[in-house]
Amino acid sequence: MRFTTTKAFVLCAGLGLALTACGEAGNSGGGDVDVDVAKDAASSFADGSRMKELAEDGKITIGVKFDQPGIGFKGATDDQPQGFDPEVGRILAASLGIESDKIVWKETISDNREPFLQAGEVDIVIASYSITDERRKVVGQAGPYYVTGQQLLVAKDSSISTLADVKGKEVCSVTGSTSLDNIKKEGAVPRGFDTYSECVDQVVDGAVDAMTTDGAILMGYAAEQPDALKVAVDPFSEERYGVGYSKDHPEMCQWIVDALKKSQDDGVWAKAFEATLGKSGVETPTPPSADACS
Amino acid sequence: MDAVFSNFDEYLKAFSLTIALFVVSGIGALVFGTILASFRVGPVPLLRGFASLYVTLVRNTPLLMIFVLFAIGGVRIGWNFKFVEDIEVFGWNASAFFVRSCIALTVYTSAFVCEALRSGVNSVDLGQAEAARAIGLPFMKVMTLVVLPQAFRAVIGPMTSVIVALIKNTSVAAAFGMAEATATMRIFTNNNADERLGIFLMFAIGYVVIVEVVAFSSYALERKMKVAR
Repeated sequence: MRFTTTKAFVLCAGLGLALTACGEAGNSGGGDVDVDVAKDAASSFADGSRMKELAEDGKITIGVKFDQPGIGFKGATDDQPQGFDPEVGRILAASLGIESDKIVWKETISDNREPFLQAGEVDIVIASYSITDERRKVVGQAGPYYVTGQQLLVAKDSSISTLADVKGKEVCSVTGSTSLDNIKKEGAVPRGFDTYSECVDQVVDGAVDAMTTDGAILMGYAAEQPDALKVAVDPFSEERYGVGYSKDHPEMCQWIVDALKKSQDDGVWAKAFEATLGKSGVETPTPPSADACS
Repeated sequence: MDAVFSNFDEYLKAFSLTIALFVVSGIGALVFGTILASFRVGPVPLLRGFASLYVTLVRNTPLLMIFVLFAIGGVRIGWNFKFVEDIEVFGWNASAFFVRSCIALTVYTSAFVCEALRSGVNSVDLGQAEAARAIGLPFMKVMTLVVLPQAFRAVIGPMTSVIVALIKNTSVAAAFGMAEATATMRIFTNNNADERLGIFLMFAIGYVVIVEVVAFSSYALERKMKVAR
């Protein structure tokens, strides 16, 4: 991400088109994709619904990850998170008539997503949040808006090429994650770390044999260090990313589903993908259709 | 709580790893901390200086940072302790991750053991050491035969607090590749978001049980060691 920005800057400066061309390339205000912000959105929602309250406040709090390049990432000096999840957040906010700079981004880690939603710390969670039956018992999850699968990230010269090769090997991921649990079932020794970046360092340093999590996240890291790392093994699980909302506001489900559908139909979803995850070289997939709201 | 009971072997395995971390680094910290305390009260200025510098540095550094130093920083410069994986003791061999965690916990806890013990040494009547020296015992013998046994007896209470803190500090290893109790609890809550509270309670009880076992043994020891003054 940072590299491409630098490259774009050098290119622009070199061509002497500095001001006019580069003005658009920066993303000072918000995301990488222009989203049409709905006008007078409040009137289109039913009285008493959470969406109307949010639209009238003109402010929404969204929980995203800060440590997953491509998905949801915020560097120490960035003022806005970048990635596919924040883009989806901007799409949803826009449908409420909320500008990108009025979104309050809050970092959520895997452990605190349900508690944050239940306590009202965040209005929605878009944080590589796989839809599961257990989670749907405590919070609402609308979607999926993206489907990925678990893969492995290994050193460039690693001998691991199939899933069977991980038997007895040390594989790291984030402590407590589903990915770690899954790889343990394949016979690997699970090694949990607090963040994905620490785990990537362990692979680079040779302290563990591989890292595992959703392919989308791994591709982001492989793209950052193509000489040292590669993604191995076909996806061996299905993770359906959904948008989390509080059970206190079940009406939010239909709004999320409708807004996602609209962005898929008008091509904004695809643009958001190309600007984020698409940069690691994967083709833009066909958007998944969301589950019906009950 | 169903999640815990239906995976009870996982629960027990997690706590055995917690206990293993505690026992290994506890013994390490008691041994190294005692050596440090002897340095601090000993006659060699260089060793005195080293021990007090060590205590100052380590006691003022958060445990998490010491973990980062040994489990992430050390690995980067090649101190990965991989060689331990080839050593087998009674058919059991430790992983490099286990060793790195134990080193971090030992390094940290030693400073506290040293200080607790030093206060015990100070409580030993000066005449005791002088008498031992008067009959011609060298420093090592004065410490091991006369001073330290009395010092240990005097600090059973504070030493228990240091050990109890160590039990709970093992949970930091959850973020450094150890699937001990806290890490396993996180897997449980991640897979069973609807049973968060029950899972938390079950793991909290596990820690309470271990701490209480240590506390009760310490009370028993204290009663046994009590001397009339």
